[in-house]
Amino acid sequence: MLRLEPRPERSRVLLWTTPLLAAGMTIVSAYLLFLIIGVDPLKALGHVIIDPFSNSFSRSELLVKAAPLALIALGLSLGFRANVWNIGAEGQFTLGAICGGATALAFYGVEGLWLFPLICLAGMLGGMAWASVPAALRTRMGVNEILVSLMMTYIAVLLLSALVSGPLRDPDGFNFPESRIFHDSAIPPILIEGTRAHIGIAIVPIVAIFLWWLTRYHEIGFSLRLLGDTPRAGRFAGFSENRAVWFCLMVSGGLAGLAGALEATGPIGQLVPGIPVGYGFTAIIVAFLGRLHPIGVVFAALALAVSYIGGESAQIAMSLPAALVGVLQGLLLFWLLIFDLFVGYRLRRVAPAKGGPRPAAETGPKVSESGGA
Amino acid sequence: MMKRRTFLAGATALAAPLPLRAQSDPLKVGFLYQAPRDDKGWTERHELARVELQEHFGDRISTTFVENISEGPDAERVIRQLAQQGHELIFTTSFSFMNPTVKVARQFPNVRFENCTGYQRAGNLATYAARYYEGRHAMGTLAGLMTETNTIGYVASFPIPGVLRGVNAAYLAARKVNPDVRMRVIWINTWFDPGKEADAATALIQQGADMIMQHVNSPAPIRVAEENGVSAFGNAIDMSEFGPTATLTSMVFDWAPYYVQRVQDVLDGTWGSGDTWAGFGPGMVTLAPLNDRVPADVRAKVEAEIATLSGGGAHPFAGPLNRQDGSLWMAEGATPTDEELFGMDFYVEGIDGSLPT
Repeated sequence: MLRLEPRPERSRVLLWTTPLLAAGMTIVSAYLLFLIIGVDPLKALGHVIIDPFSNSFSRSELLVKAAPLALIALGLSLGFRANVWNIGAEGQFTLGAICGGATALAFYGVEGLWLFPLICLAGMLGGMAWASVPAALRTRMGVNEILVSLMMTYIAVLLLSALVSGPLRDPDGFNFPESRIFHDSAIPPILIEGTRAHIGIAIVPIVAIFLWWLTRYHEIGFSLRLLGDTPRAGRFAGFSENRAVWFCLMVSGGLAGLAGALEATGPIGQLVPGIPVGYGFTAIIVAFLGRLHPIGVVFAALALAVSYIGGESAQIAMSLPAALVGVLQGLLLFWLLIFDLFVGYRLRRVAPAKGGPRPAAETGPKVSESGGA
Repeated sequence: MMKRRTFLAGATALAAPLPLRAQSDPLKVGFLYQAPRDDKGWTERHELARVELQEHFGDRISTTFVENISEGPDAERVIRQLAQQGHELIFTTSFSFMNPTVKVARQFPNVRFENCTGYQRAGNLATYAARYYEGRHAMGTLAGLMTETNTIGYVASFPIPGVLRGVNAAYLAARKVNPDVRMRVIWINTWFDPGKEADAATALIQQGADMIMQHVNSPAPIRVAEENGVSAFGNAIDMSEFGPTATLTSMVFDWAPYYVQRVQDVLDGTWGSGDTWAGFGPGMVTLAPLNDRVPADVRAKVEAEIATLSGGGAHPFAGPLNRQDGSLWMAEGATPTDEELFGMDFYVEGIDGSLPT
């Protein structure tokens, strides 16, 4: 008889090996899955895992894909540590794309080194404005920020669609719902000639290191951790929960908005209704895979980027279905949650009691408020 | 309109001969789909054509497809990967892939690209589309003859010329056979959203429509029509399985003959850029078998209409033709050029309501 019981101390070893174990188990599950659907598993895994690293263009595309995921997840993980659940990064990302893109269009044809920083700023402000709604409702009226931020996403997507079908539509574009292609001075500088690797990729490590410093050495970081782990203690220590909510939502909204502005002006180069492709939601997986740690998040974003680009390679080379990417990401999250359980809990063998069923209270997994992953 | 002319001129100027290919290896042909390949609509027709293409040429070619690619940042990378991996002819089967295709085509001058429904061309980038308005003209004749409430409902996606041509063509055909007919249009600003499509169809039926036409891709309007005992017209594929009684016919696209021709051109070394816009004539547009409910005399009229359109006889938009505001668009005896059709951004006279702006 096995029983789940809380560990006296959270397992440090498991805390940091969990992402690797989850990745390993995802590969094992994918291997079995490929066997079941009658595909050569080693060949398929090779395409998924090796192909993205096989040439310089694919490597640059990994960075292009990982950059927005990392930027968004860096902001989200700050809030998740403090029990502030911003689920609407997708909407803040979209607003960033709208505001950055609208700035680019407003200064169409204007040359100037100031333009691109202005676009980034506009994107950040757009994301922050969108995140300020759940922040205000939570701090003033106690409305759950999960629901509000999530629902704001749908408004953002519709707003983008309305704008590109109306005021921001390309005047020479035959009424097609998309903006004109941005002028050269409005697009982010390219880091590597001949690729799409843009300056946004260089921003990621700077933000990551800054947030790492903030959470580790600054009082704000300490207060957020304390409020997240033991809210009561945090309040006794005099930290304001409302300030934490505002701080986390402004940082995560601003970073998601920045990612949106970079994505619209960079790889896409115009405003189209299809800009929101789920980065804001995938970034939630990235944040947890990266252990809510700024440096971990960067590597987690790269891992998710591999799943996207590797999934495309497997499609091209072996005609595997497009759903493969979603399945792999789902498996990764599944295994992560399983192993996460064992950071705070352990299995213990218990001798079955003799005669008759045992009282219900003693059977089944014991879950208490204390501890936990 | 300027833009299209500019690009047409550009296409001719850029039409430098592409290198001949080595004959030994199978020709690699790539396809990019915006939706899953079995989407019961637009993409499925392209996928069926790809399968037919592969069967036609056997081991002389090998085809690849990548499905469910959004119009966001992924399209450019995937098109580029197809080009990099030795695909010599790449079909990108959605308007939303136009700009990414243009970008990649510039980087791979030796690869031939074809974009469906786009308007930008280059020496190695051709465009192709079907004259849907011909199909909708024939369906308009059918709707005009079959309606009892004299009201046709139309579930439309975006107010772009490609969709407006269909609305106008259907209305003009219906009015020709039934002067009392009215057309009601609901714009839902999406190509695929079963919920919105069903809501729009329901609203149209409540407004008295007993014929539901659609330029959106899910079978939801057909289902709503079936439940409400009115008639409907399918889009892109034969949708009669979703409403066996309601579905009078569906407009079906057949891309296979075009794909076969273009691959043959590459094999022969005669591939050239350009714009292909075909209708009933070459069979790119067809109507699914008409419902048994359609009486023989109506059937004969629709078939005659299709025969005329196939032969290039009467043009659906032949003048005299006014815009909704009463201003003259096409003078008596004139027929619009393709460029004029491409710029159609208005309702013709007689259609109620105003266009969303």
